[in-house]
Amino acid sequence: MRGLTGKYLLKRFGMFVLTIWLGMTIIFIIPRLAVGDPTSALLGRLMSKGGNVENSAELIARWKDRFGLDQPLHIQYVRYLYNTITFNQGYSLSAFPATVDDLIQRTLPWTIGLLVVATLISFVLGNAIGALMAWRGTPRPVKSLLPFSLVFTSIPAFMLGILLIWVFSLTLNLLPYAGGFDRKVSPGWNPEFILNVARHAILPALAVVLVRMGSWALGMRGMMITADGEDYMVMAQAKGLSSGRRFWKYGVRNAILPQVTALGVAIGSIAGGFIIVEQIFSYPGIGSQLFRAIQDNDYTLLQGIVFYIIVGVAIAVLILDLTYPLIDPRISLKKN
Amino acid sequence: MSEELNQGLGTANRAGNREQTAAERPPVSPNGLDKEVVLAIRNLSVVYPTREASIVAVNDVSFNIFKGELLGLIGESGCGKTTTAMAILRLLQPPGMIAGGEIILAGKTDLVKLEGAQLQAVRWRDVALIPQGAMNSLNPVMRVHEQIGDAIDAHVTPRMSRDEIKQRILTLFGLVGLPARTFDLYPHELSGGMKQRVCIAMAIALNPALVVADEPTSALDVIVQRIVAQNLLDIKNRLGVSILLIGHDMGLMAQLADRMAVMYAGNMVEIAPARTILTEPLHPYTQLLIEAVPTIKTRKPLKLTEGLTHDLRYPPPGCIFQSRCPLVMEVCRRVRPPLKETKPQHQVACHLYDALQ
Ligand SMILES: Nc1ncnc2c1ncn2[C@@H]1O[C@H](COP(=O)(O)OP(=O)(O)OP(=O)(O)O)[C@@H](O)[C@H]1O
Ligand code: SF4
Ligand SMILES: [Mg+2]
Repeated sequence: MRGLTGKYLLKRFGMFVLTIWLGMTIIFIIPRLAVGDPTSALLGRLMSKGGNVENSAELIARWKDRFGLDQPLHIQYVRYLYNTITFNQGYSLSAFPATVDDLIQRTLPWTIGLLVVATLISFVLGNAIGALMAWRGTPRPVKSLLPFSLVFTSIPAFMLGILLIWVFSLTLNLLPYAGGFDRKVSPGWNPEFILNVARHAILPALAVVLVRMGSWALGMRGMMITADGEDYMVMAQAKGLSSGRRFWKYGVRNAILPQVTALGVAIGSIAGGFIIVEQIFSYPGIGSQLFRAIQDNDYTLLQGIVFYIIVGVAIAVLILDLTYPLIDPRISLKKN
Repeated sequence: MSEELNQGLGTANRAGNREQTAAERPPVSPNGLDKEVVLAIRNLSVVYPTREASIVAVNDVSFNIFKGELLGLIGESGCGKTTTAMAILRLLQPPGMIAGGEIILAGKTDLVKLEGAQLQAVRWRDVALIPQGAMNSLNPVMRVHEQIGDAIDAHVTPRMSRDEIKQRILTLFGLVGLPARTFDLYPHELSGGMKQRVCIAMAIALNPALVVADEPTSALDVIVQRIVAQNLLDIKNRLGVSILLIGHDMGLMAQLADRMAVMYAGNMVEIAPARTILTEPLHPYTQLLIEAVPTIKTRKPLKLTEGLTHDLRYPPPGCIFQSRCPLVMEVCRRVRPPLKETKPQHQVACHLYDALQ
């Protein structure tokens, strides 16, 4: 743990808190830019669109009472901050009396599961392909096949999703194309259910993996070529080390470092792109929920989802930041 | 920090006491014949093919490296020193390739013919490298001991235990004056001099017959240069390893080398014991080179101002040095002078000495 100094930890954690605070503040400000009482305004808009909001009077009353919407702005702000970080973001406008946090926590595990798995697979696979493309010791036949794995890179994920559904579900009838699991299996930690979930996850995960893989591969290929030109690679060769050791401990081990940094930067956009993919596959995750919230004009749920996405991305970046000094000894010196 | 400084000063003092110029040292064996040849380079040519024509970076070069000697290879920038060294190590980077010749190790193995696993086995065990840029020659994400250890691991059978490897590495550190704490450090935690000494320790880890050192001191300050130079002398004297030392610092070379080989534009122009090169150089290029060495006490005009005057892709017929040679003759423009022994142990490639053979 030599790279993890107290100062580094503090700095990274500070960044984490700052990110979330900024996100929260923006969420707070935007609805208040509109004139008037945001809750009534929203409800009014909802009703004018013909939406049916039952108990609207009760909703408004409970809302004002709980979140102090008749208080001055700075008090509202403090209460809002407090409520948000204690996971008490109020009621969904479209599913009252369900709370925003309850609704999101039902869909969140689906998204996290699929997103983490798909991101990791695309990262590992893409970097492996890129490293092999650049390595001089890669067998010729393998080398000539590798570039074909990158043809999907230029297709947007949602279009690839539609293509995958058409090929694997509608034409070949191999895999399900909608939902997270079949109604006929009972949810729980039983093999049947887990298998069913995995089958449902394959196509949406594939859509993300195939699209993302290419950019990792191209990045890694460049990094690997750079590493190959470094003096320590010549030394490794001069030492008579096996090709495998030179590839892993000298090549990949160095080339992967900027890739991990890039992962930290890309995580936000990966999450963003994933929302659309979920919608294509009617996946019961946070992305589909976001779509529904937009359709229903459920502004509170929308805010909640945005908050959760910001927190999720910030946590992922924090984890990467904390891992990085462990894989790159140069990042921060242990001072003693 | 102070530990390292003390170590450094200790070595520097020793260097100070022992310092001898090549001129004062007795010449190595009266004739080279009775010495064991560690590496024999025969008619080595190396080319870098380019789009129009090939650059002949090393042209038909032959020389021996004897057991336990330090052979200095000198010549101006771009004359092919690194290329020669890399060819010996079979580490030429593409597009460079050996166009012909032999590199005979210990009178038996032709390194030019080795491939794959055989080549891998010879590397480091028989011929090791102290690189030109020690700064970037260590893997930044591996601890020092791992980087020396993997070389040992790759070649020693049966495999040594972790403890044995650790003992071996600490012994090596002792030889080059590195503190034991270096063992666990990462390269970025070392000073430039320490890095270079790690490279020296690494080079002798398997007690190779030959160590090729490509300008091992070029990026270091003068004091550290002396320490590293002393390290090289130490390992040569204590371990009997032969060293091919590349460099253009004539002062340092004079301190270290037993013999010197002078290259010009890919050709070997003169080989002789170091003090002979310094006191009685025969080749006009060597003469200019020695004269051009600046001294602290006197200023002299720099006679050798131009760089290479011909395009390496299209060498002129005849002597390679003709366009800069103050003594050029008619025959020089037609006939390439071969490297010949004109005096005992003294080889030169110049028509001026045609009568002497
Ligand atoms: N990769 C390459 N492609 C083409 N030409 C090259 C390449 N590497 C070296 N050369 C040429 O080969 C010649 C010899 O280069 P080399 O590096 O061996 O010189 P050197 O004597 O080591 O010089 P220095 O003292 O500057 O290190 C140079 O003229 C150089 O232009
Ligand atoms: S051979 Fe002729 S040109 Fe070449 S160095 Fe000798 S005298 Fe000069
Ligand atoms: Mg060089």
